[in-house]
Amino acid sequence: MYYRLAGVYRTSYAGDRAILKIPAERWQVAGLFAAALASPFLVSNLYLTGYLLPWLIWSMAALSLNLLVGWAGQIHLGYAAVMAIGAYSATHMVRAGVPFEAAIVLCGVLSAGIGLVFGFASLRVKGLYLAVSTLAMQYLVDWTINHVPAISGGSQATLQVPSFTVLWIPIDNDFARYYLALFGCAAVAVFLLNVRRTAFGRALAAVREKDYAAAVLGVNTFYFKLMAFWVSSMLGGMAGALLAFCYYRAVTPEQFHLDVSIQLLAMVIVGGLASVIGSFLGAALVFFAPIVLNNGAGALAGGLGLQIGGELRSQIPLILYGGLIAGFLLFEPLGLAKIWDNIRNYFLVWPFRHTRHS
Amino acid sequence: MDWALFGELAINGALTGLMYALCALGLVLIYKTSGVANLAQGALVMTGGYLVAWLAMGLGIPLPLAILVGLACLFLMGFLIERLALRTMIGQPAIMIVMLTLGLEILLRGLVPALGGSNLRRLDLGIPAKPLIVADMFINRAYLFGGAVALVAFALAGLFFASRRGVILRAVSDDQPASWAVGIRVEGAIALSWGLAGMVALLAGVLWGSVQGVDWTLSLLLVKALAVAILGGLDSIPGALVAGLALGVAESVIPGYIDPLVGGGTRDVVASLAILLTTIARPQGLFGREHIERI
Repeated sequence: MYYRLAGVYRTSYAGDRAILKIPAERWQVAGLFAAALASPFLVSNLYLTGYLLPWLIWSMAALSLNLLVGWAGQIHLGYAAVMAIGAYSATHMVRAGVPFEAAIVLCGVLSAGIGLVFGFASLRVKGLYLAVSTLAMQYLVDWTINHVPAISGGSQATLQVPSFTVLWIPIDNDFARYYLALFGCAAVAVFLLNVRRTAFGRALAAVREKDYAAAVLGVNTFYFKLMAFWVSSMLGGMAGALLAFCYYRAVTPEQFHLDVSIQLLAMVIVGGLASVIGSFLGAALVFFAPIVLNNGAGALAGGLGLQIGGELRSQIPLILYGGLIAGFLLFEPLGLAKIWDNIRNYFLVWPFRHTRHS
Repeated sequence: MDWALFGELAINGALTGLMYALCALGLVLIYKTSGVANLAQGALVMTGGYLVAWLAMGLGIPLPLAILVGLACLFLMGFLIERLALRTMIGQPAIMIVMLTLGLEILLRGLVPALGGSNLRRLDLGIPAKPLIVADMFINRAYLFGGAVALVAFALAGLFFASRRGVILRAVSDDQPASWAVGIRVEGAIALSWGLAGMVALLAGVLWGSVQGVDWTLSLLLVKALAVAILGGLDSIPGALVAGLALGVAESVIPGYIDPLVGGGTRDVVASLAILLTTIARPQGLFGREHIERI
């Protein structure tokens, strides 16, 4: 009833190549996008700037990381450092008078360049060594930002983001910032939806599944791994810049610590590797669950007179991230995207389940 | 050059390094038998510190008994982690297993302070705080004791690998299918290595807890342990010992001379730099076996 289909059958090559193959899904995505466009006028300002806007930017960052972890199969434990490079360089450039449009591209290039140096160092070896080198990158970038006053503006300093314009439109109110974040997030999502049907995306998938086999097929695995690092770091740097410009409106080293890297990795794993919708769902779960749980714990403690210590409540996010990562890897390695897919497949032909072949 | 200062920094650094090596020993034990890098080792060390602090200071159990109980608990914990989590992941890509251990690390890092309290608590081993003075050099007694315990632990590990069980573990680390073929229970051997890693983590947790107090920061020893393990070679126990000494001395001596020049804080990056330089120059580490898969 809902999808009004007897199954997914295509009658033309164009239909087979389409990003969204089912008519009902095209309507759903169009409806969601319209809702996203209209939401400044529908929801209160608090929800817009406190929940929707950060969710969009975290989704953008999770999508960028998913390109590396999900599509190319390379682990990255220092993604917050990549975002920090983007945020700091963009802020400094705009402060120095570079237009925002140029600064966001340049900060992406800078993040990609530095990210590539670490990727290049560690991509000669794989698996664990890559994990540990990117972890080292996180610490080294943290330390550099903290100890070079020219970057951080002095120890314990907060760098205010200057006022800026995009295409002569001043981005000085919540609506404008929201639309900028929406644009960035939508652009990355469309890019990733398209990546999977390009030669680049197929090469990444081949490298992820088995790099020897990919090499036998004539895929230059080293080149494509570096490309994955480059593209992902560039998008991550841009996401970091948007995070600084649209959400925090100031940069401090604390915004990009190791915990943020872990949070991003949790978004990708919980959402589902190599899934666009999964990145949105994962970002939502990881971003909202601690807030909901914390409020829930507070309400529960207040309502029932239970003693839930502040110590326990302050540890809820970590417990949650760790539990989510471990739980999803053990019980649903494909993440929320797989759960979503199961539900969708059930309703796709509902109520005519017998039409399904398997 | 001030030789007394240099000697003091080097000796204290070497003793700290031995204690780093103890943290790394757990990593090496697991990697050697199963080829899994256990990123949860830092959290295991922290759990060990919390457990003994709770048993000895909270419940008032005599310290030696508390440590014995802790050893048993952490052995069981390592054993159970392998049995319940890692064994279901056999055959999955290495990246998944690394992420699973990372998830466990984060989970424990939140759960243990939530249950045990996140305030810094003291774990007193009864070592006098007065430094030992040898030829104008101040040597920290706690480090001296820690270094000695670490050396004993390494000696015990060496002896263990000469025993019958140890030979089994060595066989498993050499070739898992071949060990299966001659009737070794490979799963049992891997579970045993996790249990041993838990016991080593408890020792490290007690020593470090007595030096810097017990709180969640104990889990940050993971970075030092990883640096030591990678520098020494992930599958080499003597390598961990040597690399621990090297890293400890470097971490102590380099900041002693560089810090006044750059304004402090170089200590934190020595381990990261060691990781990075080792992966670039010699990925198999100082003593590791050279069968790194290169791309």
